[in-house]
Amino acid sequence: MNEKASLKERVVKTVLTIFALSSLLFLFLIFIFILIEGSPLFLKVGLKNIIFGFKWAPTKGSFGIFPMIISSFLVTFGALIIGAPLGLSCAIYLSEYSGKRLKMILKPALELLAGIPSVVYGFLGVIYIVPLVRNYLGGSGFSLISTSIILGIMILPTIISISFDSIMSVPKTYREGSYAMGATKWQTIYKIVVPSARSGILASFILGMGRAIGETMAVIMIAGNALKIPMSLTDPLRTLTGNIALELAYATGDHRLGLFSTGIVLLVIIMALNYIANFGIKRRSQ
Amino acid sequence: MDIKIKVKNLRVFFHKQEALKGITINVARNMITGFMGPAGSGKSTLISTINRMIDFEDNIKIEGNIYIDDVDILDGSINPVSLRRQVGTVFAVPIPLQRSIFENIAYGPRLKGINDKAELHRIVADSLKKAFLWDEVKDRLDISANKLSGGQQQRLCLARTLALKPEIILLDEPCSGLDPISTAKIEEALNELKREYTIILVSNNTKQIARITDYSAFFYLGELIEYGTTEKIFTNPTQKKTEDYISGKFG
Repeated sequence: MNEKASLKERVVKTVLTIFALSSLLFLFLIFIFILIEGSPLFLKVGLKNIIFGFKWAPTKGSFGIFPMIISSFLVTFGALIIGAPLGLSCAIYLSEYSGKRLKMILKPALELLAGIPSVVYGFLGVIYIVPLVRNYLGGSGFSLISTSIILGIMILPTIISISFDSIMSVPKTYREGSYAMGATKWQTIYKIVVPSARSGILASFILGMGRAIGETMAVIMIAGNALKIPMSLTDPLRTLTGNIALELAYATGDHRLGLFSTGIVLLVIIMALNYIANFGIKRRSQ
Repeated sequence: MDIKIKVKNLRVFFHKQEALKGITINVARNMITGFMGPAGSGKSTLISTINRMIDFEDNIKIEGNIYIDDVDILDGSINPVSLRRQVGTVFAVPIPLQRSIFENIAYGPRLKGINDKAELHRIVADSLKKAFLWDEVKDRLDISANKLSGGQQQRLCLARTLALKPEIILLDEPCSGLDPISTAKIEEALNELKREYTIILVSNNTKQIARITDYSAFFYLGELIEYGTTEKIFTNPTQKKTEDYISGKFG
């Protein structure tokens, strides 16, 4: 009886271990796969000519993705400029000011916001944001600013939920100590609560950036996808993700390889961001 | 008795449950008054009503009056933030801010708008001396307050309360987590401080109440059972419950 039970325990443990390790395996496979597909071109054309090349004409032997790297970073920072203050204010409101009932309505609504498919965001962008930008700021409307606005909204759930959790985890006693010293609610929030939750809030920004830089569908719908570095807020642009999604369907030969090298660059950027975010979260828990 | 705080028929309800059942008590100026009683006696509720920290709880209802120098602090026109600068509080568990010793004490004065460096230094030094902590930390005011021992942290919390220049100091079981030596230092500080401040000490430790308070009150299940000079309460209590409590029969 005892032996049977311990055998069962061992089987369960082994199966669970395999499942748990499989996620690691998938990550590893994805990385290997993209590396194998993309690296030959790096060797052939040269890392410098790809990353710092200005001209993307894959059928003519130019594989420069520098404008797309810059564009990806621009929309990501644009999204952060819009999403970070909005998201942080919302997290502060939810954790410090809203009543229990309102919190119970707002939190699921925010989670729903995260569940809306990105094509719907793109759709809203095309219908509302693009004409708005065209009419008031000029240009075609398919632009850096339109993309930043939509991405800023899309990263809100990430920023709000992680910031909210880290603000809520600030011990009540910190707040009480501050109130007892004659601080107002707002003084307590900006002098005690937010600084104590700092690393979690920072991590939420970085994870939001990861989401923004990886977003594809909504971006290709509203970015305009022009192959140049945008010089103003109303200029169109093409991101790394957009480049892959737009061309992969018909690309062959070196062109196809060029898209895989775009993927490698994207993967490296996202992994770096995740690493920084994890570092921030770890520091908080210490 | 020169009265500083006058509590009149105070009733406090938490979620419709009566935590304080009509308390009437006068607290003497420049004395140490001890509040004692077992858990659930309402002594902590009473002091969190006096400093209006109770405002942060959900579902409370308060009836009655608390007068400090004849001003009703439960009146709607009273700003709880300025009240808390007048009524300082030291909690059971010392929670310093995640900052340096200096900044912990300068926090309150800065909130009041004092930014002058020399003035802040004077307040910090003065407060630390009054809390009997100055000699131990004067050379390292810029280290993190978390590096101090538990007893030092509690005296730091006392010092930062003093930096507010309050008139009243409430201490909610300030020595419950401290060793006897740290406790003795806090008690020594309180004995000096009562010249300038009106002090209320909440404690489960009847010996401590007997040692350092001038008046003591015994609370039980939300009621004030007995109140008088500490000497009288501890040598000749009129109520059976009080006698049982101070002789250690329950609580």
